[in-house]
Amino acid sequence: MSVFQVRIHGRGGQGVVTAAELLSVAAFREGRHAQAFPSFGSERTGAPVVAFCRISDSPIRAHEPIASPDALVIQDPTLLHQIDVFSGLQQDGYLLINSSRSFADLGLGDFVAGLQRARMLTLPGAEIARETVGRPIANAVLLGGFAALTRVVSIEAVTTAIRDRFSGALAEGNVAGAEQAFAFVQQEMRELAGAQAD
Amino acid sequence: MLKQIEGSRAVAEAVALARPEVICAYPISPQTHIVEALSTLVQSQRLSPCEFINVESEFAAMSVAIGASATGARAYTATASQGLLFMTEAIYNASGLGLPIVMTVANRAIGAPINIWNDHSDSMSQRDSGWVQLYAESNQEAVDLHIQAFRLAEELSVPVMVCMDGFILTHAVELLDLPSQEQVDAFLPRFEPRQVLDPDDPVSIGAMVGPEAFMEVRYLAHATQMQALDLIPEIARRFEEDFGRDAGGLARSYRTDGAEAIVVALGSVLGSIKDTIDAMREQGERIGALGITTFRPWPSHEVRRALAGAKRIVVLEKALAVGIGGIVSLDVRVAVAGTDSIVHTVIAGLGGRPITTSSLGHLLTSAVRGELPDITFLDLDRGLVDRELQRRGSKRKSGPHAENLLRDLVAIAAGRA
Repeated sequence: MSVFQVRIHGRGGQGVVTAAELLSVAAFREGRHAQAFPSFGSERTGAPVVAFCRISDSPIRAHEPIASPDALVIQDPTLLHQIDVFSGLQQDGYLLINSSRSFADLGLGDFVAGLQRARMLTLPGAEIARETVGRPIANAVLLGGFAALTRVVSIEAVTTAIRDRFSGALAEGNVAGAEQAFAFVQQEMRELAGAQAD
Repeated sequence: MLKQIEGSRAVAEAVALARPEVICAYPISPQTHIVEALSTLVQSQRLSPCEFINVESEFAAMSVAIGASATGARAYTATASQGLLFMTEAIYNASGLGLPIVMTVANRAIGAPINIWNDHSDSMSQRDSGWVQLYAESNQEAVDLHIQAFRLAEELSVPVMVCMDGFILTHAVELLDLPSQEQVDAFLPRFEPRQVLDPDDPVSIGAMVGPEAFMEVRYLAHATQMQALDLIPEIARRFEEDFGRDAGGLARSYRTDGAEAIVVALGSVLGSIKDTIDAMREQGERIGALGITTFRPWPSHEVRRALAGAKRIVVLEKALAVGIGGIVSLDVRVAVAGTDSIVHTVIAGLGGRPITTSSLGHLLTSAVRGELPDITFLDLDRGLVDRELQRRGSKRKSGPHAENLLRDLVAIAAGRA
């Protein structure tokens, strides 16, 4: 398989860089090669932040930023109309947005019409995280949804990566959130497949 | 042990495995997680005995390293960018005294304008300081070079800079193989200093030397570096025997068999260059690469041998010698002097501009077609430059370049220009 490239957008303080790292550790746990790195700059709370993750079956040599992602995770929907988060997204790419609203409600109806319906989803990550972690930091939670949407990594690898990085209640809250997000996305995709079959 | 780990933290682990006895660093930007992680290792006594000294500046960092090394302690520090410049005077003292300090340079640009991103301007500015300079192509090589660096430094009594791309490598989390303490202990002998300040056997180090012997002392420094040209491959060979990995050495060729064009580069950009070469080879282009691991001493013979037969040589550099162009290119030209090879200079990635596989593809395609000029500034925004040149030509008080360009960029983005 060639390199699967993921770009994660969010704001300083939302754990965007950690999300990319966790994803790379999840892939590592499955015996794959992975590389995670942040967009470089003077990190400030609230400022737009980008992080990248490459996953491959063979060693990854290139270290350049990801211009044409296979998957895009948007942790903060307030960025949608502020910067060009969709830049370079492949037509058959995956799109996961942290929001309880639909693409249409987010004003993205026209944009997502050009993507594959089964590869894009909005996920109430902040709500799940508030419930399971105790605060609306959805970085690890979204990875559960990512695992269900893309199947690039398993949910077990994601939860292992979370427990590698965090401990105690924080780890377990994030694991519960990721599993809940995984189940949510699976359910959504089943409904979508059902609707398409009808 | 295989680990998914950040480059900086992996280098900290590697340095700790080399059992340094004194680590000194100035803990403010430009600094990396390397010394932060090392300070934690010292505090938790996982690295012991070792003294971690928080100093008041980079100048003090290198001065403390000099003092520590002169008393026979294995000494380490890390810096980058402006920090490296600030310690310059002490850098020359360390090499002039022949003290085997190992230092990581997490390569970054030098201001002004202020810029915290990666290029090679900082370490290139110290290329004639008398330090050995090794450049890591990957984080794995950065780990491996640090272990080799202590052995090289102490065997020859010469300081060694291990240069790794700031951010691009230091902040990348990747799959790395970290050696065990037993492996490193077996590879790296105890530090037996050639000169040592010892109260029981007093000597002085750092005497004033006049015209009667100064040139001879400098010549010996040069002769020592020439010796390094033999020792570096030897250490790399032993490293491969012990650790099973090809790392270090003077220079490394990639797909140069029958190559008409060869790209020469240092550091992490070799990753994207190799990917580009693979794609071009599939199209039938006869192109390869030469990665320079040892930049000082300059392995002239090896470079000449590796480039023999190439019609075109493209030297891609992440630093600019203002007023002439390339830095590495000059050395490459010396190495291939008298041959028919045409050497092109490409200045790329200054101040953190990404060097993309796509840009490299275009660049190298025009190189093999013979369309590359003597010097190219990769992905230079010519329009932006021309606007400023026009402004400069039209009025005396044209203002500062940097601010003018940034204002132009905002105007262009807003569709006002």
